[in-house]
Amino acid sequence: MATATTSMSQPHQKSGVWDWLTTVDHKKIGVLYGVSGFSFLLLGGIEALLIRTQLAVPNGTVLDAELYNQLFTMHALTMIFMAIMPMGASFFNYFIPLMIGARDVAFPRLNALSYWIFLSGALILTSSFIFGGAPDGGWFAYAPLSSEDYAVGRAMDFYTVGLVVLGLSSLMASLNFAVTIINMRAPGMTMMRLPVFMWMTIVVNFLLILSLPVITVALAQLYFDRNFATNFFSPAQGGDPILWQHLFWVFGHPEVYVLILPSMGIISEVLPVFSRKPLFGYAAIVFAGVAIAVLGFAVWSHHMFTTGLDTVPKIVFSASTMAIGVPTGIKIFNWLGTMYGGQIRFTTAMYFSVSFIALFTIGGISGVMHGSPPIDTQQQDTYFIVAHLHYVLFGGAIMGIFAGIYYWFPKMTGRFLNETLGKINFWLMFIGMNLTFFPMHFLGLSGMPRRVYTYDSGFGWDAWNMVATIGSYILAFGILIFLFNFFKTMRQEPTAGNNPWDGATLEWATSSPPPEHDFDVIPEVRDRDPLWYDRDNNIQQPEPPEENHIHLPPPSYMPLIMGFGVALIGIGALSHLAMTGLGVAVVIYSIWGWVLEPID
Amino acid sequence: MSEAVTHAEHHTSTGVDNRMLMMWIFLASECLFFGSLISTYLIYQGESLVGPLPGELLNIPITSASTFVLLMSSVTMVLAVYGAQHKEFLMMKLNLLATIILGTIFLGFQVVEFTEFVHHGLLLSTNQFGSSFYLLTGLHGTHVGIGVIYLISLLIGSSRRNGLGKDAGLNLEIAGLYWHFVDIVWIVIFTIIYLIPS
Repeated sequence: MATATTSMSQPHQKSGVWDWLTTVDHKKIGVLYGVSGFSFLLLGGIEALLIRTQLAVPNGTVLDAELYNQLFTMHALTMIFMAIMPMGASFFNYFIPLMIGARDVAFPRLNALSYWIFLSGALILTSSFIFGGAPDGGWFAYAPLSSEDYAVGRAMDFYTVGLVVLGLSSLMASLNFAVTIINMRAPGMTMMRLPVFMWMTIVVNFLLILSLPVITVALAQLYFDRNFATNFFSPAQGGDPILWQHLFWVFGHPEVYVLILPSMGIISEVLPVFSRKPLFGYAAIVFAGVAIAVLGFAVWSHHMFTTGLDTVPKIVFSASTMAIGVPTGIKIFNWLGTMYGGQIRFTTAMYFSVSFIALFTIGGISGVMHGSPPIDTQQQDTYFIVAHLHYVLFGGAIMGIFAGIYYWFPKMTGRFLNETLGKINFWLMFIGMNLTFFPMHFLGLSGMPRRVYTYDSGFGWDAWNMVATIGSYILAFGILIFLFNFFKTMRQEPTAGNNPWDGATLEWATSSPPPEHDFDVIPEVRDRDPLWYDRDNNIQQPEPPEENHIHLPPPSYMPLIMGFGVALIGIGALSHLAMTGLGVAVVIYSIWGWVLEPID
Repeated sequence: MSEAVTHAEHHTSTGVDNRMLMMWIFLASECLFFGSLISTYLIYQGESLVGPLPGELLNIPITSASTFVLLMSSVTMVLAVYGAQHKEFLMMKLNLLATIILGTIFLGFQVVEFTEFVHHGLLLSTNQFGSSFYLLTGLHGTHVGIGVIYLISLLIGSSRRNGLGKDAGLNLEIAGLYWHFVDIVWIVIFTIIYLIPS
């Protein structure tokens, strides 16, 4: 039985809206991130469907160029920052404490704050549609198109402000998770006994901690260029638009590893369980993940091969880009080695995981091609790149996330998503995804440029565009099947026990869903696969004590209030200084309240 | 009895307190933050199309004085941390106050310098020197300002009935990390902007 101390100024309800608004429980915050992230996935999907509908036929009339530019910009921003990253954060939040044998993250209120700031940033950025137009310069916002001369109006200011706020949220969350994983592991949980998902999490956190500051500086410089007449990216005064590209991609490339590594971690958890075999080559997978992250900081100019770089930098970045294929390949072979000789159970989660391996490999192959500057000269800014990025981000990241959803759904809700509907969901997504994106390789090789709102007939692009659009609708239908599965399942009674899949890691050592305090007794870890080891060696789990005086951090208003203050600061940066001042005042008030409120 | 709330002396896997570890990792991100700003300044050195130029404006003797003030504030910070760790709270409070005053004096120097430069015609928008100099040193000054507020809060907190509690040493040490970092960044800025070009 958990107790929580309260005071007059602190909330004390256990249910209802206020519970969710003031929670500092990592599981609830994980759910908040997950629901938000999935909602934005749907929004990003609608943006994509509009794009595909426009491109279904030559000279389409569904969207004009203006709106088209906003849609492809926001589709990318939505998917990257408001769908994939938050869904990753959802799993980090829910499972870090459970997998390392802790009861919460290191800083529960900071955790809640990260979510509320995320929501502020996401709403600020998305609201741009109704406040004069969404950003329309691509998610990468190259200068000088992003300058006040060419990007008239406030759309690109929504871009800078929205991303700075979102970046702040990610940075706080990353600091929190890094400290938690390093410092709060259960007895016996050495670093080399951490689940691979935890290793990928900590690597992702460090990628963000080191890359977010760079884009923050770039965004500040762009904001100042647009609003305070500085000259960072304007050639007329001696500025260099290429500086923007460097700063952006020093962040942007590690960012794509932020997007893929969590899913790589998820399938590293799912494959062993449904192969009934320990992960093959644990150490190699861990070191490969770290190597990918380190190398990921050394490849950014492969996005700039066509900007007039000198030959030596091109060679260097080409070499480092191809080198990343090595640790990635190590992971692929280790996943295959995990399944080989195993007793495979074909659950939906397993389907998504296996498809990850195949689809991500396809994306990786096209990626290595881009790594060659002469080849990239043809491929840059064509649909070949669109094919690559969607194979790695949809075929990789999204399929991995769905594997995680199906795998961990019983743990989080006590219910099993229906397997038949799950398989239909999977096949529709798999077929839809391939129909949509495989033809884009052909479109790119035959010269169809990216980011064009329409195309003429007679280039040989008509048929494949139609196929891609049909594929996108099949994919969308698959998502609808998932939603149907979700709502149907949530109406059922919870039936799942602690460890329905016979998993090996610590989250399966507590009830489904876990109690508020996660573990009745903090487990002691003797092996990399703790539950399998204890089962195979007949180690009895300790009895929970008669009375559990577990002290949990109380709920708090302060993260919500501070999040609101940050939102005001952001809104003020888009409108009036007075609003920013009010936001700063609210933030200061909330810091004062935060520091002074009792947490014991 | 198990505790989910972490505070000083609570067991951690590394032996380092969670808040201390977080400050260290946060400072790593701050290295990248200032690194990007300094890189921008270096890239645009010599690229201004119009004046005023650094050689005409930068006043090394005066800025050396302000640098000395900031360095001294790090000395007083060390003494404040020592005081907190050894429960000599008068020493802690006096040195905290001294650090706050010295930090504020440094900020005063910055305000005077910026005002001088503006009078000589250097604005954010004037040229590359203006843009990159004001953004870099302005953001650094903001960090010093936040540090001063941080230290004032600790000073106010230590004046309460229970003071800063049993965590006083830890809290001061963490603040000290931040303060020294901001000082080190200034040393780098001072060297790169003022000393090397001359």
